[in-house]
Amino acid sequence: MRYSALNILRQGLTGNKGWKPLWRDPTPKPEYDIVIVGAGGHGLATAYYLAKEYGLTNIAVLEKGWLGSGNIGRNTTIIRSNYMLLGNEPFYEMSMKLWEGLEQDFNYNAMVSQRSILNLFHSDPQRDAFVRRANSMLLAGADAELADEAQLRRELPFLDFDNARFPIKGGLYQRRGGTVRHDAVAWGYARGADQRGVDIIQNCEVTGFQIKNGVCAGVDTVRGPIRAKKVAVCVAGSSGRVMSLAGMRLPIESHVLQAFVTEGLKPVLPGVITFGAGHFYVSQSDKGGLVFGGDIDGYNTYAQRGNLPVVEDVAEGGMAIMPMIGRTRLLRSWGGVMDMSMDGSPFIDKTHIDGLYFNGGWCYGGFKATPASGFCYAHLLAKDTPHPVATEYRLDRFRRGHLIDEKGVGAQPNLH
Amino acid sequence: MIINHPLLGPRDAAEFVYLGDASLMERPDPQGPEAADNFHDYAYLRKNPAGEHRELWYHEQGDRSWLVVTRNTLTHEISKVELARDVAVTRRGGQ
Ligand SMILES: Cc1cc2nc3c(=O)[nH]c(=O)nc-3n(C[C@H](O)[C@H](O)[C@H](O)COP(=O)(O)OP(=O)(O)OC[C@H]3O[C@@H](n4cnc5c(N)ncnc54)[C@H](O)[C@@H]3O)c2cc1C
Repeated sequence: MRYSALNILRQGLTGNKGWKPLWRDPTPKPEYDIVIVGAGGHGLATAYYLAKEYGLTNIAVLEKGWLGSGNIGRNTTIIRSNYMLLGNEPFYEMSMKLWEGLEQDFNYNAMVSQRSILNLFHSDPQRDAFVRRANSMLLAGADAELADEAQLRRELPFLDFDNARFPIKGGLYQRRGGTVRHDAVAWGYARGADQRGVDIIQNCEVTGFQIKNGVCAGVDTVRGPIRAKKVAVCVAGSSGRVMSLAGMRLPIESHVLQAFVTEGLKPVLPGVITFGAGHFYVSQSDKGGLVFGGDIDGYNTYAQRGNLPVVEDVAEGGMAIMPMIGRTRLLRSWGGVMDMSMDGSPFIDKTHIDGLYFNGGWCYGGFKATPASGFCYAHLLAKDTPHPVATEYRLDRFRRGHLIDEKGVGAQPNLH
Repeated sequence: MIINHPLLGPRDAAEFVYLGDASLMERPDPQGPEAADNFHDYAYLRKNPAGEHRELWYHEQGDRSWLVVTRNTLTHEISKVELARDVAVTRRGGQ
């Protein structure tokens, strides 16, 4: 059923009895053309674009838990395309353009809100670095705008401009950045894929790969074996665990990232704001809660919960730019397992095993990438060549020395 | 997390800096025939298990020693803490 104003009216008049579930609950078939492992944002987007853009519909998406139980439902919902390096920025800008048309495209309200993102700077050298990044963004067709202190004092009077340690000197705006309702992204893609014939199979953990003579011919699952011409892994924080079932070691470590939300407040934050001297980012949800986060905890873990030192660090970051945050009460905090790569950038690639594909290494920035990641992974699966904006996301780039290290911190995943 | 330092007793993990997989102590032979491949694996393909993990922690805000901590990545439970120096000496055969 298409969602439209007319349909809402019609359903309203008939007691809302005609709404259908968003996707079916099919039993797995013995064989598919493509099996996607993981029904997170990226897996579902991949299925959607395979069906819609590449006309392939004999596809299953296998999910170990329930649809959206991973990081797609745990993130702080920020979207942006304010990267600097050539391997990244065109990809993230493609993602931003897909976000801009997404709701019309999949006929679902994902609450895409381009309320802007502002990266604060606190010193002259940092300003120079931001100017350089802004120019790089403009070259890739994104928008970027430098704001000086006077402008920010007018727009955001509550910031602690005169902080003794980190005074605020200005910021880099990306007005097209913002937030998106994360669950709705998973639901919208799932519904769109299901409508085109894709089987989304929940509670179906993949427990092994059927690999013979260097060829992957399917997967073993808790609901029995499923054959497939191509197997596309897309399991984010579980990447290391799942690919070890295929005997592969990845340039990835698993770390936990925490997020926090306060009680609901009247509107105070117009957009997303990030601290430039520590790691802290905050936005206000449509329900009024301040949603914020900071650094990863910093040690390998698969536990979906963090420790207290980072809670303190995040709170200090918040107090440093926005002292009023000290008056709010925290309602909830939670954690998600991140697939931190060795240079902070992701992978969308074939593996050395024929028929086995890998998408991962998204670190804590994979939500904004969801549409482009799905699109480019679908392209790779359909055509066996990388999409033009994703040619750098190869698994062998470390061997070749072609790292995409935005932060320049080297092979230290807990610093990216 | 509390790390039971072999010399200083129980210390808050926040005093430490984390480096990762303890096999970083085993540098490949730079003169070896497959040195380039071995260094790639050494630097980039670290262990990332769901379960027991041996890892390097540096006591930056303490006695500046390197520790090898054996910790479960599913429960955060720490089962063993050794001085990295002792581990290295034992590996080299006690010299
Ligand atoms: C606290 C937090 C805040 C974040 N904030 C942001 C942000 O503001 N902006 C941003 O861009 N990004 C953010 N991220 C990162 C972003 O959420 C992730 O990079 C992205 O969601 C990962 O892709 P995904 O949606 O496909 O992952 P997931 O939703 O985790 O999907 C992977 C799926 O694979 C399934 N799976 C695992 N193993 C198996 C198996 N063996 N068989 C079958 N299925 C399996 C899992 O159950 C899961 O559903 C944040 C992450 C966290 C945790």
